[in-house]
Amino acid sequence: MTEPRSVIVIGAGHNGLACATYLARAGRKVLVLEAAAQPGGAAITREFAPGFRVSAVAHLLHLLDPVVERELGLAQHGLAYARDALATVSLAGERAPLVLSGGSILSGEVSAADRSALRAHAARMQKFARLIARQHGRVPPRLRFDSWRDALPALALALDIRRLGRKDMREFLRLATMNIYDVLEEQFEHPGLKGALALDAVLGARLGPRSGNSVYTSLYRQSGAVNGRCGALALPRGGMGAVTDALAAAARAAGVGIRCGASVESILVRDGRACGVRLERGEELGAELVVSNADPQRSLLRLLGARHLEAEFARRVHNLRAAGNAAKLHLALGGRPQFRGLSAAQLGERLLIAPDVDYVERAFNPAKYGEFSTQPVLEITLPSLHDRGLAPAGREVLSAVVQYAPYDLKGGWAVGKERFLAAVMATLEEHAPGIGALVQHAELLTPMDIEQQFGITGGHWHHGELALDQFMVLRPVPGAAQYATPVAGLYLCGAGCHPGGGVMGTAGRNAARVIAGGG
Amino acid sequence: MLARDHFHRAVCETPFHPRTAALNQLNLWHRWRDHTVADAYFDVGMEYNAIRNSCAVFDLSPMTKHLVTGPDALAFMNRLVTRDVAKLKPLRVGYAVWCDEGGQVIDDGTIFHLRDGVYRLCSQERQLDWLHSSALGFEVRIVEETNDIAGLAVQGPTSCAVLRSFGLAGIETLTPFGLRSYPFAGGTLEVSRTGYTGDLGYELWIAPEHALRLWDELFLAGANHGIRAIGTLALEMSRIEAGFIQAGVDFLPADRAVRVDRTRSPFELDLGRLVDFSKPNFTGRRALLEEHRRGSRYRLVRLDVAGNKPARDAYVYDQRRTNIGVVTSSMWSPAAKASIALASVMMPWGAPGEELTAEIYYQKELKWNRFMARCRVVEGPFFDPPRRRATPPADR
Ligand SMILES: Cc1cc2nc3c(=O)[nH]c(=O)nc-3n(C[C@H](O)[C@H](O)[C@H](O)COP(=O)(O)OP(=O)(O)OC[C@H]3O[C@@H](n4cnc5c(N)ncnc54)[C@H](O)[C@@H]3O)c2cc1C
Repeated sequence: MTEPRSVIVIGAGHNGLACATYLARAGRKVLVLEAAAQPGGAAITREFAPGFRVSAVAHLLHLLDPVVERELGLAQHGLAYARDALATVSLAGERAPLVLSGGSILSGEVSAADRSALRAHAARMQKFARLIARQHGRVPPRLRFDSWRDALPALALALDIRRLGRKDMREFLRLATMNIYDVLEEQFEHPGLKGALALDAVLGARLGPRSGNSVYTSLYRQSGAVNGRCGALALPRGGMGAVTDALAAAARAAGVGIRCGASVESILVRDGRACGVRLERGEELGAELVVSNADPQRSLLRLLGARHLEAEFARRVHNLRAAGNAAKLHLALGGRPQFRGLSAAQLGERLLIAPDVDYVERAFNPAKYGEFSTQPVLEITLPSLHDRGLAPAGREVLSAVVQYAPYDLKGGWAVGKERFLAAVMATLEEHAPGIGALVQHAELLTPMDIEQQFGITGGHWHHGELALDQFMVLRPVPGAAQYATPVAGLYLCGAGCHPGGGVMGTAGRNAARVIAGGG
Repeated sequence: MLARDHFHRAVCETPFHPRTAALNQLNLWHRWRDHTVADAYFDVGMEYNAIRNSCAVFDLSPMTKHLVTGPDALAFMNRLVTRDVAKLKPLRVGYAVWCDEGGQVIDDGTIFHLRDGVYRLCSQERQLDWLHSSALGFEVRIVEETNDIAGLAVQGPTSCAVLRSFGLAGIETLTPFGLRSYPFAGGTLEVSRTGYTGDLGYELWIAPEHALRLWDELFLAGANHGIRAIGTLALEMSRIEAGFIQAGVDFLPADRAVRVDRTRSPFELDLGRLVDFSKPNFTGRRALLEEHRRGSRYRLVRLDVAGNKPARDAYVYDQRRTNIGVVTSSMWSPAAKASIALASVMMPWGAPGEELTAEIYYQKELKWNRFMARCRVVEGPFFDPPRRRATPPADR
């Protein structure tokens, strides 16, 4: 007999924790089962070299749902920021770096025309990003509208677009179908400016600036706010793990049980209903409902099994595009590195190696054919500059997202990883001469490593490409876009669901609303 | 396996072709999938009579056949079709339909449970693509074996006697939908008590290399039992009398339909008995459950049509002249002595006994005539002789 109102959540990623907390607050008896030794999923801080700690995958907080932050009392549970509004520095080799924050240029040789174009562009994109943000908290409609309730979110979206006003609506509909390359070429001259804006559009995606859909990903990236500042980038004190530590504390305070080192092998089904899970060590646990924070493919094809699904649905899940492209580089540095042309203060900002938009596109080229970029793009932070707890005195931590590193690398990562690391270090060396000599330990996580260590199929940033054909009503696939799966009693709550990836918590909250409301 | 040079010919001959060609006095052929089959050999009426009065032999080698094996074969079959395959014992054959996730019929066919966990699926349409895409997550092997097995339908009241003279000892004890094998020519002859005629009958399955010998010995054995080769036209008459539906004629396979309202669910084809909701999962289940709850859009009906004109492609009207559907198959039935038809009508029309009207057009010496024929919805097949089910069949 399973206990009434009991729920098992598979995975203690930030979405799983958020979902569990809301469900516990709604009176459910919730147990979270996490395969890893600590909760947090891809949002954790961990030691990667003796005395050096780093945000192991996600490293910048910019999408955290303010509603989740407030409702779950994350500040009370210990979440604080080491920095809440990093500027962005586009490294430019010999030239003076360009420093920007939102719509304004803080320093750099940028024409007046570019400055005003940026102001207008940023304001417009912010407006559109807010529109996107308004959809995040809405449970997507079903493809077949059976009732008015189903149609409401679609109508709300239509209304939001209408409310932009005639001119902006037309511009929104025009931009939504464009690629970021064309948009940037249309408006700007400065190569570093275009490179930086292009990189933001393709981070975590299997897209180059010239790929369709890259305006949408760009808007998505800007759709968050930190401390009320739209599009701001923050470093939580203690690294990304601080967010999930606070979430775990909130969960425990709400009565959620969290078991780590408990890897779920399969979801148990009886008479077509999910009724519990079996752990890899053989133990079986029953529950009235099962909610999975794991990615859709892992949840539905591996843990559940296609046999419990109808054929076309299983196919759709199988066909999800979920091959990751972003690698993560962690360096334990013996001292403070010097980047060409950067002041000491600027070193602590978000540093981009994306000197122009063609550089970004060229970095993407090899990835189309299953090869890594020999001249990769990087998004670099040195969190220890703001957060001394992360590195021993006098030493520093460098954390960087590196693209492109296709999950399905030709020849395999066992062979390719070392060569890729060499390419990354060579690129870094160009911008920060001498950095190689400072390295005491280097950790490179390819999408394959991320898959193995964090249980994300394909190692994808969003648990599945965030594209117009895999968004909202289509996310992860039609038939599961409302967090409920076709199997009674089984729900999804992770980044693979609407609205998507990034440390956000919205998917977890939305899922809990659906479950508590009727599940 | 297909011969590697198969692509030189768009249409192939069946393994029985040397015999069917020699008998085909009309030289009348058509194409069934990738094979040539006879429409008729000499006279359709006489061929029909062989089905109903003696013994008819039909070359069904082009029937699409797939072999499903592997540890998950049963689980796979059960997810594929709407009925419960677990209830189909070894050496039994079951009629089944399979649907897409919208609960719309892709095709119907027969499942042969050859031996424990080994299934052969016979169908009108090619299904390899659908079977493979349905196999995701199952440990099964699916092989198309259409050309590896030649088939003959042996149908009619004397068919059992013919097979006995042919040497199939004890064949009279084979029950409907039973399957049995006999040694033949150093190989195996599989015999199932199945057919598409609604009469007493069997289907014989053999490796192509023994096909001609089978034919020859069978016709020798049947010489005194009125054995006769029949073509598709006669078979078609018997299947309409039996009330069997045909893919592409009485329903549009869901994977071919462009327009959503052109497909049919099992309920809408009067095959609700094949849908087993006690199975926790099969493709189409959710949609069919929903349909079961809300009601179907259409209904397949059998019509007894006034007059003697076949109601070919006729529109069907209710008493108030509302167009409610269309005839999909029609004929003058010698067995029922009536003009009969299968039709698809909108719900709620078509309840048994309901009087409807079929709008029949026919041409006489280049002049078109219209005939508004009264028709009545009848229950059950137009022709259903007890011998179809009798075991042992009467000795004739
Ligand atoms: C290289 C990279 C860099 C990124 N950088 C950023 C960034 O800077 N900022 C940002 O906001 N986002 C970033 N992201 C995206 C972000 O990390 C993810 O979108 C987010 O962490 C997803 O959260 P989640 O809770 O949905 O899933 P996850 O964090 O993936 O959590 C899922 C949990 O389920 C567990 N699990 C899976 N299978 C099982 C099982 N069978 N049994 C038990 N437990 C299981 C996993 O161990 C994991 O803990 C980055 C992603 C990548 C790949």
